[in-house]
Amino acid sequence: MTSLANQILSHWNYLAVITLMMIGLYIAISRGNLVKKVMGMSVFQTSVILLYVSMAKVTGGTAPILIEGRDDIIYSNPLPHVLMLTAIVVGVATTALGLALIVRINEAYGTVEEDEIVAMDRAEDERDLRSEDAS
Amino acid sequence: MSDLASHLPVLQVLIPLLAAPLCFLLRKEAIVLPFTIAVSFACFAISMNLLSQVLGGDILVYEFGGWSRPYGIEYRVDILNAFVLVVVSGIAAVVFAVGPGQARRVIPEGREYLFYSAALLCLTGLLGVTITGDVFNIFVFLEISSLSSYILIALGLNRRALMAAFSYLIMGTIGATFLLIGIGFMYQATGTLNMVDMAHRIQVLGPTKGVLVALAFVMVGISIKLAVFPLHHWLPNAYSYAPPLVSAFLASTATKVAYYLLIRFTFGLFGAALVFETVGIDRLLLPLSIIAMFVGSIAAIYQTEFKRLLAYSSIAQIGYMTLGLSFATQAGVSAGLIHVFNHALMKGALFLVAACVTWRMGGTNLDVMKGLGQRMPFTMAAMVVAGLALVGVPGTVGFVSKWALVSAALEVDALWIAFLIMASSILALVYVWKVVEIAYFQTPEVELERREPPLRLLIPTWILAGAAIYFGIFSSYAVDVAELAAQQVFMVGL
Amino acid sequence: MGGEFTGPFVEMLLFIFMIGMALYIARMRSLFTAAMLFGIFSLLSAGMLTLMDAVDVAFTEAAVGAGISTVLFLGALGLTTSEEAPDSKHGWTALLIVTATGLLLAYAALDMPAYGDPNAPIQLHVAPHYLKDSEQEVGIPNVVTSVLASYRGYDTFGETTVVLTAAVGAILLLGGGVGRVGAGKGRDDEGGRRMSDTPIKMRVRETVILRVVGKALVPFILLFALYVQFHGDYGPGGGFQAGVIFAAGLILHALIFGLDALRRAIPQVVVEIGIAAGALIYGGVGVASMVLGGEFLHYGVFDRHNPAHGQHLGILLVEFGVGITVTFVMVAIFYAFAGRSRQ
Repeated sequence: MTSLANQILSHWNYLAVITLMMIGLYIAISRGNLVKKVMGMSVFQTSVILLYVSMAKVTGGTAPILIEGRDDIIYSNPLPHVLMLTAIVVGVATTALGLALIVRINEAYGTVEEDEIVAMDRAEDERDLRSEDAS
Repeated sequence: MSDLASHLPVLQVLIPLLAAPLCFLLRKEAIVLPFTIAVSFACFAISMNLLSQVLGGDILVYEFGGWSRPYGIEYRVDILNAFVLVVVSGIAAVVFAVGPGQARRVIPEGREYLFYSAALLCLTGLLGVTITGDVFNIFVFLEISSLSSYILIALGLNRRALMAAFSYLIMGTIGATFLLIGIGFMYQATGTLNMVDMAHRIQVLGPTKGVLVALAFVMVGISIKLAVFPLHHWLPNAYSYAPPLVSAFLASTATKVAYYLLIRFTFGLFGAALVFETVGIDRLLLPLSIIAMFVGSIAAIYQTEFKRLLAYSSIAQIGYMTLGLSFATQAGVSAGLIHVFNHALMKGALFLVAACVTWRMGGTNLDVMKGLGQRMPFTMAAMVVAGLALVGVPGTVGFVSKWALVSAALEVDALWIAFLIMASSILALVYVWKVVEIAYFQTPEVELERREPPLRLLIPTWILAGAAIYFGIFSSYAVDVAELAAQQVFMVGL
Repeated sequence: MGGEFTGPFVEMLLFIFMIGMALYIARMRSLFTAAMLFGIFSLLSAGMLTLMDAVDVAFTEAAVGAGISTVLFLGALGLTTSEEAPDSKHGWTALLIVTATGLLLAYAALDMPAYGDPNAPIQLHVAPHYLKDSEQEVGIPNVVTSVLASYRGYDTFGETTVVLTAAVGAILLLGGGVGRVGAGKGRDDEGGRRMSDTPIKMRVRETVILRVVGKALVPFILLFALYVQFHGDYGPGGGFQAGVIFAAGLILHALIFGLDALRRAIPQVVVEIGIAAGALIYGGVGVASMVLGGEFLHYGVFDRHNPAHGQHLGILLVEFGVGITVTFVMVAIFYAFAGRSRQ
């Protein structure tokens, strides 16, 4: 049991990040409001950034900006930082596109609640069916 | 490095990538359309050249920035991805010529060039994902193709296209983020992002918990993109509400690239031994593939809209591809790859038929297609040809696929699977016949004169439909390449 | 300063706050509140990133997450609704999926090297090369910039293209505020209320202090953006951050002097040309290196005698390209949202 406790202690950072990721994923898949879905997605993506950067951290290290004439300094790993800069950009691009779609959906349906949109589509289908039967 | 030939791998992606912002500057559709067509033809020519270079078994490597593996990013062309490059750029070359079609009505005035820009970006992303030898680069280009396909899908005429694009955006982003998490765990375990380097290190490591969880996340992420049953819910709406030309392009390329990724990660990164023997993914993939074959086909039978019918049929056809992979044999992978090529031709042709019907009738509900056999004979003939291919009638590409799949099934002594493949073909016959019956044997409500769509629509449709017959009769070209690709995948693993 | 001891404590506190924020975002019915909470969440994560030595990432996260994303959320809310409807469905399936996923991740995470372990595989392979040799091979002290713009410069080109794609989407979907919009439903743009007339903005325009302070701030923001643009080699910063900040300055200008003033200064056509120009500069640098006999983005060929000098030049140019594209993309997205009338 102590070994598990020890492991949790030495990995607490990862566990906290995973908790955040899961809250984000939960918001993205469980909410009916489209704006909320996008927010959840953003929380999910931001947390993945923390996951990568956690991997890069070296205890006692510093930011990977070289200081001339010193070779006794420990630097954290720059590669995950680079990858996550890209991921942030991808994230904001997705958010912008998702929100642009939401604006258009709201104009077309008058709502941004998934249930209501599904109900409107279904009503439309039934109306079409009925008019077909009538003719 | 100065001669042009050595730069071909990068030019494959760079040409459409630079063409996309150039569309912003050219602006006039009269210039942008021929420009886009020229770019897609250049891509196709390059991919054919790359394929011919690697068929002998050589592997082309291109190191970006002059940085050697594993410090920089590299492109890596072998038979497998050269084959997929040919399929993707070939379809683009045929389909892009058609232009935005009816989507023009929802595009802000004077902004048609952005449609071409989005199409080129989508092509760039798909080609970039296929050709790269770096796992993080896959993620970046996958996002280029995904974002542009959300945009293109949202351009459908029905307001439901917006919701279809949004749902796909959420699912696709979750899929891509899962892939990113998987890549993160792989990186954590190996310290590298280069696929060759990573594969060697994973071999040495063996199935650690990190590698196994990475495998799970990567596979789920790709399966969402590939629309593997039961992660397929985004696909029917996306393909049926998108503009028909967009459906034609995406249905015949996007899922194919996702299938390629599945094969690449299986054999080129985790290794067949780990994926099939240690984890036994085949034991999960096999039943899911078979369910997809039947659920997709049965759902297709009940559809009342042509494009939606085709979309459900795609779910079944993706089932055939993953079925091939789940045999975990060279013949199985080869059969899956043959079907990638063949399905791209048939579904491309059928969605282009949908584009023709939309041009004429304003929609693709099956009841507006009543009697179209007499009113649009050339278009409907293409529908019949591609439809028969979908069923798997001898003399068409569909037969070649089914033959390869059945042989692969018999090779592993799975007679019952061979039987199920035949059974699902009968279901395909039912839904194809349903459309044929409506088009040829039902009388339309309003009398229409005979008129075909313009040649810029009809010619691409017939190129693909014709290819579905040509490669059905002269099947050896595609089959040989697919077999060589599968062989290389199994021998080298990379 | 006893960082060894206080470090984890601060980090834990930040995480507790962030988890609290995330849970609040999940529960909040008011979407405006949720958007603001998301901004705070991003800012906290930027703090966390700084503690983990990722200063460049933190800078970007603060500018993008707390800045641009929050503005986008508020803009979209201004055009749609600010209240979430009460939940009608039960989230049990979602909870099940999420719990299973989380447990799977935790299972793998506990097997990873401990947090901060200097002997983890990723600290021993590839990364040491960047830390050890980039100074000599590329010649600039910020290793993140070296890797970003040179070793993995092609990813960054892809990233620039992703941003460009977002602009294509925003303009195609929201019409760039010009011309006809919508699926031929006959809506007219004059009739509706514009986002730039939402209460927040009107208050900015009417409050003298905000107006004066804002007016004074704009040039400094633009200047700071230029500093960030050209200082990326030595400290945290670079084209992306600079572009976001520059765009923020322009957007603030629009909030004070009105959207039309900015539109007159930077018309839509210029914005679109700018978007393309940045990406083409980046690609052009790569093509130039091909013409000079190297691989795509091989900056070393720009100066045969001193490759590190060539690298420096190449990085400067591609970062400039990124900065231009990002600036104009952000402005294009702002135009697209702000020019959209409210139904």
